[in-house]
Amino acid sequence: MAIPEEFPISRRGLLAGGAVSVAAVSAAGSPDARAAVEKAPSRPPTARVAFHVNNTAHELELDTRTTLLDALREHLRLTGTKKGCDHGQCGACTVIVDGRRINSCLSLAVMHDGDKITTIEGLGLPGNLHPMQQAFVEHDGYQCGYCTPGQICSAVAVLEEIKAGIPSHVTADLSDPPSVTRPELRERMSGNICRCGAYSNIVDAIVDVAGVKA
Amino acid sequence: MKFDTPATNNPIDQLKVVGKPTNRIDGPLKTTGTAPYAYERHDVVPNQAYGYVVGSAIAKGKIDSIDLKEAKAAPGVLAVVTAASAEMLGKGDFNTAKLLGGPEIQHYHQAIALVVAESFEQARAAAALVRVQYTRAKGNFDLATSLDGAVKPPAVFGTEPDSRFGDFDAAFASAPVKLDARYTTPDHSHAMMEPHASIASWDGDRLTLWTSNQMIAWSAGDVAKTLGIAKDKVRLVSPYIGGGFGGKLFVRSDAILAALGAKAAGRPVKVALPRPLMINNTTHRPATIQRIRLGATTDGKLTAIGHESWSGDLKGGGPETAVGQTRLLYAAPNRMTAMRLAVLDLPEGNAMRAPGEAPGLMALEIAIDEMAEKLGMDPVAFRVLNDTQVDPEKPERPFSQRRLNECLSIGAEKFGWKDRNPKPGLARDGRWLVGTGVAAAFRNNINEKSAARVRLDRNGLVIVETDMTDIGTGSYTIIAQTAAEMLGVPLTQVEVRLGDSLFPVSAGSGGQWGANSSTAGVYAACAQLRTAIVEKLGLDPADAVFEKGRVRLGGKSVALAKAAGGGEIVAEDLMEYGDLAQRFQQSTFGAHFVEAAVDAATGEIRIRRMLAVCAAGRILNPKAARSQVIGAMTMGAGAALMEELAVDKRFGFFVNHDLAGYEVPVHADIPSQEVIFLDEVDPTTSPMKAKGVGELGICGVAAAVANAVYHATGIRVRNYPVTLDKLLDKLPDVA
Repeated sequence: MAIPEEFPISRRGLLAGGAVSVAAVSAAGSPDARAAVEKAPSRPPTARVAFHVNNTAHELELDTRTTLLDALREHLRLTGTKKGCDHGQCGACTVIVDGRRINSCLSLAVMHDGDKITTIEGLGLPGNLHPMQQAFVEHDGYQCGYCTPGQICSAVAVLEEIKAGIPSHVTADLSDPPSVTRPELRERMSGNICRCGAYSNIVDAIVDVAGVKA
Repeated sequence: MKFDTPATNNPIDQLKVVGKPTNRIDGPLKTTGTAPYAYERHDVVPNQAYGYVVGSAIAKGKIDSIDLKEAKAAPGVLAVVTAASAEMLGKGDFNTAKLLGGPEIQHYHQAIALVVAESFEQARAAAALVRVQYTRAKGNFDLATSLDGAVKPPAVFGTEPDSRFGDFDAAFASAPVKLDARYTTPDHSHAMMEPHASIASWDGDRLTLWTSNQMIAWSAGDVAKTLGIAKDKVRLVSPYIGGGFGGKLFVRSDAILAALGAKAAGRPVKVALPRPLMINNTTHRPATIQRIRLGATTDGKLTAIGHESWSGDLKGGGPETAVGQTRLLYAAPNRMTAMRLAVLDLPEGNAMRAPGEAPGLMALEIAIDEMAEKLGMDPVAFRVLNDTQVDPEKPERPFSQRRLNECLSIGAEKFGWKDRNPKPGLARDGRWLVGTGVAAAFRNNINEKSAARVRLDRNGLVIVETDMTDIGTGSYTIIAQTAAEMLGVPLTQVEVRLGDSLFPVSAGSGGQWGANSSTAGVYAACAQLRTAIVEKLGLDPADAVFEKGRVRLGGKSVALAKAAGGGEIVAEDLMEYGDLAQRFQQSTFGAHFVEAAVDAATGEIRIRRMLAVCAAGRILNPKAARSQVIGAMTMGAGAALMEELAVDKRFGFFVNHDLAGYEVPVHADIPSQEVIFLDEVDPTTSPMKAKGVGELGICGVAAAVANAVYHATGIRVRNYPVTLDKLLDKLPDVA
C-alpha cells in the first residue's frame, strides 16, 4: 500500500478515517486552536464558585475549565470520587447533586454554584458505613475498588429514582410505578462499568438494601 | 523454606480462618473511597505538578521536528520533556517498544512528550500546543495478509512454539470423522477502570514512584534500567491498583514520564494516561488466527489433535501462546501444535488475563463442540470420553489433580443439561431463540518464589510486609487469613502491608500465581516467626500450639503480646520450589455452562444464565475466589459478544480507543451468575495446597457462549466477537 504524504480526502475516506483526522489534529493543533492561543491571556480565566459537599460549605476560585470531578479530587482532595475516563463513558465519577446522580467529569465545577453535592465520603466512612456500602462489603460487590464509589453513589440514587416513580428503558408499563426488580436495577446501573465484573454481586447488594425479593 | 516434597499436615489444615468466606479486610476502605490509588496521593509529598502525555499521531516513521515554543509559553507550564531533552533512555526488560518515542516512532500513540504545568487544565491545554512534524513510514498492520511472512518464534517462558507427538498427519488423514476449521479472535484491551498513573518524586538521586503496578520487583528493575540508575535508588509504592488484568504487569509511560518530568520541573509530578490514549499507548491481547484439525473414531475417541495459531507483534515481541492448552487438555495418540509470529506495527501485544488459554480455548472449545455434533455425541459426553489423567505428550507424567470430568458432570446436573434437545434452532421462547452451550476451562497452575516479613509487636499485633499486590484479587485478605491461621490470632489482629519495593520480593500478581505463591511465602515467614517466638520463650518449637492469641506448650501458655513484651519479634523467609511442578502437571480445571437467547428478528444476543464449576485446589477464601470467577466469566462474555479492537489497516491504530468505542459488558449484559468449587486440596503445589482461579474463570467462557448461540440458532460463528451482523442473513425468515 502506498503511504500518502497527506491524507487523501474523499467522502468515503473521510468517513472511514475520521478518527485518524481527529487524533492527528489533537496532536498537531488545528488552525482555530492556534488562533485562540495567540489571543489567550497569560493567566487562564478563573471564577468563584460556592457549593456544599457532604454538608460542608466550600468556596473555591477555579480555572473555569475545572470539572466538578477535578474540583473534588484535586482541590478539595476528596479522592473517593474516581476518574476512570474523564469522558462520561464509565461512571466511576458518579456523585449525587441535589438528589440526582451525575457524571462529575462531564460537568464544570462553576456550573454548581449553590448546589448540594454528596460524594462517597458523604455516604459513610470506615466504622460508620452507609447500608449500601455495608451491603457491597457483605456481597463482595467490588474487586479492585476503583469503580466502587461510583457504583455505590449510583445505587443509592437508583433506589431513590425508583421510589420517585421515574421509569427506565425496561419499565414495561409506564402508567404503573416502577418496582425494584433485577432487570430494572441492571438497566439503571448500566452507566457504571465494572471491568472486574462484580455486576452479579452488586445487584445482589442493591436488592439486599432495597429489602425486596427480586 | 524450600517446598520439594508434597505437603503433609500443617497448621493451615486447621481451616479456622483459611478457607472461610471472609469479607475482604480492605472492604471498608474501598467502599468509602478511602483506599488510596496512585494518582490520589496528596498525602505523600507536597507541591505536586501535573504532567500530560502527548502521543504520536503516526504509527511508524520518525519525528522530523517538534516545536515546543507555544507549549512552553502557555500559562502555568513548568517543563516539557521529549526524547531529545531526556538523557539517554534505556528500555526495560519487559517492554518491547520504548516508553518515550522519538525520533523513531514504533507505534501509534507512543508517548513522545510530557508537558508539566501547575494544574491539570494547564498541562492539558499546553499539550495540545506541541507541534510535531512527522515522516510516515510504511507499516504492516494486517495479520490476515501477514501469514506468509510469519516465522517460528523463540520459546516463551520455556514453552516451545511447536510440539509433535505420534504421527499427526497420518492419523488425521485416516480418521473416519474429521474437522478442519479456522477461527479468529480479535485484539482485546484490558480496559481496567483505573488508568495507568504515577506520582514521581526525586530526593537527590533517589526516585520514589507511587504507581499502579502488578509486579513491584520487575518494575522497580525496569524503571532503573530505563532511566539508567541503580535499582536500589528506585522505590515503587503500589498498595491499591484499580484493575490490571496484565495491563499493569510492566512499567508504562506514565511512570517513566513522571520521573523525567519531576526531574525537569524540579518538583514532584503526577501523570495519568488519558483514557483515549491508553489503548494504543499501552499493551493489548493480540489477535489470533487459528486452525484446528481434529480426527476421531466413529465412537468418538480423538485420534488426532492439531492446533496452529498465528499472531503478530512489534519486532522483538512474542506470540500469543494460543495452542498451549491443546497440548494438555484432551487425550489423543497423535498430536501437533505450532505457533507463528508476524511482525506488525500495531501497539505492543502482551499478556492479558489468561494469555494463550483465553483466545486458545475460544477456538478449541468451539471445535470440540463442532466435532461432537459431527459424531452425533453430546458435547459433555464427548469431552468426558476424551479425558486424560496424564500429560498426553509425556504419558509418564501425571496430573497432580485432574477432576475435569466431575466439573462437567456436576455442572451438567446443576444446569439441567439433560433436558436439552441436541438439535439446534428448535427451542423458542416468544421472539427469542434459546440455546445452551458448554465448554471446558483449563489453565495451568504456576508457582513463583515469594518472600514476606512478619512482625509480632508488643500489643500482639501481627504485621505482614511483602511487595505482593492486590489488584482486586483479595491478596490483602488471604494473606491476613494465612497469618492468622499460622499464628493462632483473629483476623482483626493482623495488619497486611503490600505493594512497596522496600518489602521482601513476592510473586506479584500475574498468571493466576499470586494467591498460592504469595500466601506460601507468608506461610514460610510465619513458620520462622513461630520458631522465633518459641525460642524467645525458651521452649522447644516442635510441639508448640498457637491458638487464641497464645502460644501453648505442655502446661505452659503465654500470650503473644507478652512473648513480644521485650521488643518486636521479626521473621522473614522466602518460599521456593523444587521439581514437583516438573514431576506433576499442575493445572486448574472447570466447566462453563451458558444459556443464551437470540432475537429471531434482530439477532440481538442476550446471556440468560451462566454457571462455572471449578476444580482449583484449596480455595483460600470462597467469597473472594467466587468473585474472581464471576468477574472472569463477565470478561469472557465480553470476548464472546462485543470486545474487538478495530484496526485501521491503512494508518495502523486501534480506532475504538476509549470506553465508548471499545465495548465491555455492563450490568445489563450480565445475569445472575453461579459458581461451584469442588472441594479439593493439591498437596503438590505448596503448603497452602491451593492453585489459582483468577484466570481459570475466563478460560472457555466465550466458547460456551458461542456454542449456546449456535445451539439457539444453528448458525456457527467462528470469528469473534459473535455479533448480530454475523447472524442476521442466516436467521429464519420473519413471518
